Amino acid sequence: MGLPLFRPDNDPGPSFLALLDHAGMGPGEAICNTASGDPGLAPHATTVVAVRHRDGVVMAGDRRATSGNFISHRDIEKVFPADDFSGVAISGTAGIAMEMVRLFQLQLEHYEKVEGKALSLDGKANQLSQMLRGHLPLAMQGLVVIPLFAGYDHRQERGRLFQFDVTGGRYEERDFAATGSGMLHASTVIKLRYRDEMTPDEAVDVAVEALFQAADEDSATGGPDLIRGIYPGMASITAEGFERLTHEHVAARTAAMLENLTTNWSRKELPS
Amino acid sequence: MSMPMYVSPEQLMKDKADFARKGIARGRAAIGCTYAEGVLFCAENPSNTLRKVSEIYDRIGFVGVGRYNEFDSLRKGGVRHADLKGYTYSRADVDARSLANLYAETLGGYFTHEPKPLEIEMLVGEMGEEPNGDQLFHLLYDGTVMDMTTFAVIGGEADAIRERLAGTWSQVADLTASVSAAVAALAGAERTLTADDLEVAVLARPNGRRAFRRVEGEELDSLLA
Repeated sequence: MGLPLFRPDNDPGPSFLALLDHAGMGPGEAICNTASGDPGLAPHATTVVAVRHRDGVVMAGDRRATSGNFISHRDIEKVFPADDFSGVAISGTAGIAMEMVRLFQLQLEHYEKVEGKALSLDGKANQLSQMLRGHLPLAMQGLVVIPLFAGYDHRQERGRLFQFDVTGGRYEERDFAATGSGMLHASTVIKLRYRDEMTPDEAVDVAVEALFQAADEDSATGGPDLIRGIYPGMASITAEGFERLTHEHVAARTAAMLENLTTNWSRKELPS
Repeated sequence: MSMPMYVSPEQLMKDKADFARKGIARGRAAIGCTYAEGVLFCAENPSNTLRKVSEIYDRIGFVGVGRYNEFDSLRKGGVRHADLKGYTYSRADVDARSLANLYAETLGGYFTHEPKPLEIEMLVGEMGEEPNGDQLFHLLYDGTVMDMTTFAVIGGEADAIRERLAGTWSQVADLTASVSAAVAALAGAERTLTADDLEVAVLARPNGRRAFRRVEGEELDSLLA
């Protein structure tokens, strides 16, 4: 591996993906040749949500990956830092989604180092959009990846979040977003619970409940696993940066929600 | 047809070396040194946008002096090499030693084969997990590479600055003491350097994965006070 030096007329600029292409390691080609196109073979990651609050955004994802009707992993992570002030959460074909996250993280860091300045939040969202568009041929074969992107925008001084579609379409959402197989149930819960100017703690509680209700209705979404101690993966993004919530914190918020639900939902027999 | 003039290889190399040295001596100096928390880079640089000190990778930093376009293109090459290597293997496999070797090869190649050698001098610094793992690589215009664990000075009047710093540098000094030692050495007895004349950055163990951090603005002012 030599020192990659370029003449000004063929310089890949601050893009790591362009550099990979120069080095003959472009992601597209490598994956295309080996893709089976059968979505049942590859593990799928499911429900992720993002909720905006007073100080930024909370992102959360359940921990289950499924292959058809099998549970392939019980504790995968779906929420990742994209850089210091943004995060990305994934749903869809897990292996490809994780590689996409890794490339996206590198793309942002590489840009920042080469240019000496981080991309704007819109620039970051646009990058992810272009990566998705590049992935469209594989998505058409069934290996779909749909991420959520959220971050703190220092220029506008607020948290912002973006939803995507399979073609790379990018949609900024005002308050919350959800994607994956449990997205309908999750987003209904958030829609009913959401208030403007929620505190970060309230947003965490809304996200925890949204994932719980999604898991309750959707077999591909994993609920809290009290026996193994597996809880949603969550992160908070504020002006101070991206921070993963501790396992203990999420466990405590889940316990409080379960306590509340048990009180209100005590099971009664139908009158005979 | 006229015969090309014969120039002995000794003369050719000497001329190139003199040329490169002259170019480097015109620029202002920079210091790289180890300190209690990692590696400190301190350069005299009145520009706030054209950087001499930069981040290469998680634990690797870079300083260049001399011709800006030349060391900046090597800096970018270093970032690209490190990111490609970390992507292909693992982040832990990216180290300053192999980058310094690549730089040395490139500088040596220019010096021997190109009509004009690169008029630059560079430092590549790597922060270790433990204080005694910190490393500095000093690269000369002709591809000479030296490794050290104490301090290195590059650029104009390097010898005088090296002498001044030798009396004040200490491996166990904290950031405040290291910065003031480096700034005093750069300035000498007759001058005072302010935050506007300086570019300071550290690779520090408490910073987490990306250890590189610029020390600027109010923080630098208070360190110099």
